[in-house]
Amino acid sequence: METFIGQPVKRREDDRFLKGAGKYTDDIKLPGMTHSAFVRSPYAHARILSIDTSKAKTAEGVVAIYTAEDGCGAFGVPCGWQVDFKNGETMREPQHPLLAKDKIRHVGEAVAIVIAETQELARDAAELVQVSYEGLPAVTCPKKAMEPGAPKVHDEWEDNASFDWCIGNDRAAVEAALEKAHHVTEMTYKNHRVAPNAIEPRSYIADYDVNGDKWTLYTSTQNPHLIRLLLCAFALGIPEHKVRVVSYDVGGGFGSKIYHYTEEALLTWASKEIGRPVKWTSDRTEAFLTDAHGRDHIVHSKMGFDKDGKIVAHLTDEYCAMGAYLSTFAPAVPTYLHGTLFQGVYTTPLIHLNVVAPFTHTVAVDAYRGAGRPEATYLLERIMSKAAKEMAIDPAELRFKNFIPPFDGVKEPGYQTQVALQYDSGNYEAVLKRGLEMLGYEDFRMDQAEARKNGKLLGVGISTYIEGCGIAPSAVVGALGARAGLYEVGHVRVQPTGKVSVFTGAHSHGQGHETVFAQFVADKLGISMDDVDIVHGDTDQVAFGMGTYGSRSLSVGGSAIIKSIDKILEKGAKIAAHKLEAAEEDLEYAEGKWKVKGTDKSISFGDVSLTAYVPHDYPEGLEPGLDFSSFYDPTNFTYPFGTHIAVVEVCADTGKVTLQRFVACDDVGNVMNPMIVDGQIHGGVVQGVGQALLEEVVFDGEGQMATGSYMDYAMPRADDVPMIETDRTTTPCPHNPLGVKGAGEAGAIGSTPAVVNAVVDALSHLGVTDIQMPVTPQRVWKAMQSKK
Amino acid sequence: MQISMTINGKEYSHDVEPRISLAQYLRENLDLTGTHIGCDTSGCGACTVHVDGAAAKACTLLAVQVDGSEITTIEGMANGKEMHPIQEAFKENHGLQCGFCTPGMVMTAADILKNNPNASEEEIRHGLEGNFCRCTGYHNIVKSIQHAAEKMNA
Ligand code: FES
Ligand code: FES
Repeated sequence: METFIGQPVKRREDDRFLKGAGKYTDDIKLPGMTHSAFVRSPYAHARILSIDTSKAKTAEGVVAIYTAEDGCGAFGVPCGWQVDFKNGETMREPQHPLLAKDKIRHVGEAVAIVIAETQELARDAAELVQVSYEGLPAVTCPKKAMEPGAPKVHDEWEDNASFDWCIGNDRAAVEAALEKAHHVTEMTYKNHRVAPNAIEPRSYIADYDVNGDKWTLYTSTQNPHLIRLLLCAFALGIPEHKVRVVSYDVGGGFGSKIYHYTEEALLTWASKEIGRPVKWTSDRTEAFLTDAHGRDHIVHSKMGFDKDGKIVAHLTDEYCAMGAYLSTFAPAVPTYLHGTLFQGVYTTPLIHLNVVAPFTHTVAVDAYRGAGRPEATYLLERIMSKAAKEMAIDPAELRFKNFIPPFDGVKEPGYQTQVALQYDSGNYEAVLKRGLEMLGYEDFRMDQAEARKNGKLLGVGISTYIEGCGIAPSAVVGALGARAGLYEVGHVRVQPTGKVSVFTGAHSHGQGHETVFAQFVADKLGISMDDVDIVHGDTDQVAFGMGTYGSRSLSVGGSAIIKSIDKILEKGAKIAAHKLEAAEEDLEYAEGKWKVKGTDKSISFGDVSLTAYVPHDYPEGLEPGLDFSSFYDPTNFTYPFGTHIAVVEVCADTGKVTLQRFVACDDVGNVMNPMIVDGQIHGGVVQGVGQALLEEVVFDGEGQMATGSYMDYAMPRADDVPMIETDRTTTPCPHNPLGVKGAGEAGAIGSTPAVVNAVVDALSHLGVTDIQMPVTPQRVWKAMQSKK
Repeated sequence: MQISMTINGKEYSHDVEPRISLAQYLRENLDLTGTHIGCDTSGCGACTVHVDGAAAKACTLLAVQVDGSEITTIEGMANGKEMHPIQEAFKENHGLQCGFCTPGMVMTAADILKNNPNASEEEIRHGLEGNFCRCTGYHNIVKSIQHAAEKMNA
């Protein structure tokens, strides 16, 4: 019988996408639908003196114009995490209004919504809305935001801090160990701000139906149920059972489509006001100005080593921008998704991280592919390579010296870190060994020496990462400040004919769930993949769910489905036993049949399904039907890990960096579909390379974004990157039924420091020891000149 | 303004505002929503179609500019139920994830291979320069186009 787990099964969702028949939100047209445009602030910080909509209201095709005065959404959009100050003071959590009222706090903040018959007419009329502002000084850098006298983002508090936080060992103990260390490596840098840039811009349609007093919100989101909850319970205060949230095909998310955005709530509110559907689709500049960004940490760090190169202590201070308002996950990103990974893959005995999280006059910063973990990995892997140079130890050797020894989480216990978490299972030496082998490390070093003689600048950079995925055990995150549970729901409905519909709370926006989930469901039930359908992205069809982010779909969402399959097989066995006139204990289930052990008596899954729905000859007292829903709350995070190695050539004349090779050996636990895992790694790697070499959101002194379009913001194109060389080791996750760890973010987590390490390596013989990302030709050229 | 053009082999005639882009015209007037819009500066290529046999960014052309032209969109690539070899190759090689850049990628790929049936990896990458993909890292897109070339040249 054909099995599917572990096979590179081609994706069933591809046909519609390849034929241009995908159904993205902007593709949807509803009868009577109106269009909208926003009037947005050109200032980063300003007082609104007046808003005059009179001229716009009389413009052609205008249906309605609303400002904050019109009483939309009194509560604003909420934040989903609370991280309180170290001294116990409650997190400072400003109201995030749907439309700015008296004050503007970032460029692009919406002041009014204009609704009209067509998109063009809405945009025309938006230009006629006259707003007068009094511009105020702005601050966009998280460190400067904490300086005395910095312009304040929210007037109600004495400074710009939203919270501060720390994790790890006692700071004094870490400082003392650094004092005594044989060698200390120090780094100060910016993990700069980047824009997620899913190629599909955000798009929403809200449709209020007076018939039944119900709303449908079509939205490009990664988590429809979460949006419904936040929209109903917080932003608008409308009944949750009257709202359906639908997100069919979504064109990439990378974190930016997790959050509940003001536009979603405003459209939902406005649709009822005008009694017609309202659509809004962001343009690219609006996306740069209003989609939540990623990273933006200012870092100062010291790592101490003994004379054998063993790490003795690690101390870090960071300023991490929150932006003007707290986005849904924002406080969790530089704290619980970041500090908890400071152990890395090393046995560091003493660790302390201190974080200050200020408001800035910018759009919010929130989770972007990897969320906090790329920032942790960048620090650990850059500082390890820098230390290796300073101590004249090979960077691979320094890592081998410090690795946590292998443990499988079953025979050997999980590894307890200094920063709260317990790793599930890992074999870090194995991935580095394999990575070096894939590259041909020894040979490369010889080629490099040879190349240097000829004035050619070649460099290699290593990074060995770990990340925390499969978010998350609800009680644990609840204790850490999450205001929601992070379980997942899996509902399996067996139809009378034995066909299976699976409803999952996870959401696919490129990950291929329709294929991968069907693979393991078909295998577990011993039926054909064609008999399994995966349904997601509609709150009216799927009971509940927390959505897709944090590489959680398979480890949490998949596990919930497995739980329901177990219930189906358990009930099915009762029906089979009755039909076969055998005891349940004497049955075994394989290849889609219950068989009486040691006989040729059997009954198929299809026959049992039919019996469950036509219960004429049926076990006494058993309910008809074969339909189960389960919640799965994981007992721990999962911890994928891997080694990424980059080879670069730097042009000695121009400073341009060419990525020649990229090697990735990842361990994501068991693999359901290797083709899809490889694809996730490729994409993640290139996003990480983008941050290392090209991408940066830049603000000028007044808080204007200088990089608000594809003319100004450089993202990797096909000719910026080589083929990605991938391989894997497999260390199963010991605590979920599929043994999977998650692969969505790994690429973006490991790759960035590998590339920057490679550039520094290429320039090291010139005396360059560090370089700020993104490593543009200009920065490289300046670094080379400064050493002349 | 009154315009007529042949789109995927069918004649169409509409009265449109002169400021409407070809991409909007295809999406709004003809419901050909396979042509996607990902930016406003000709930067992403999600809107790529063929105008008189050559790839063009439909977001940067006005509908009135291509009056009288022959247009092919992603919806016109398959031959009935049978996918174009490039579409097949994208499926075989996992050349797409979220699918949003995909129509533009397929249309650009067709243009690359039309002009250079034996394009090297470097030439393919160079030819894809006007198309962003944020999901695949381009690896499998390049592979898809290489495989399509093999099939089409066979
Ligand atoms: S939409 Fe045409 S290039 Fe981006
Ligand atoms: S597949 Fe998502 S942008 Fe290319």
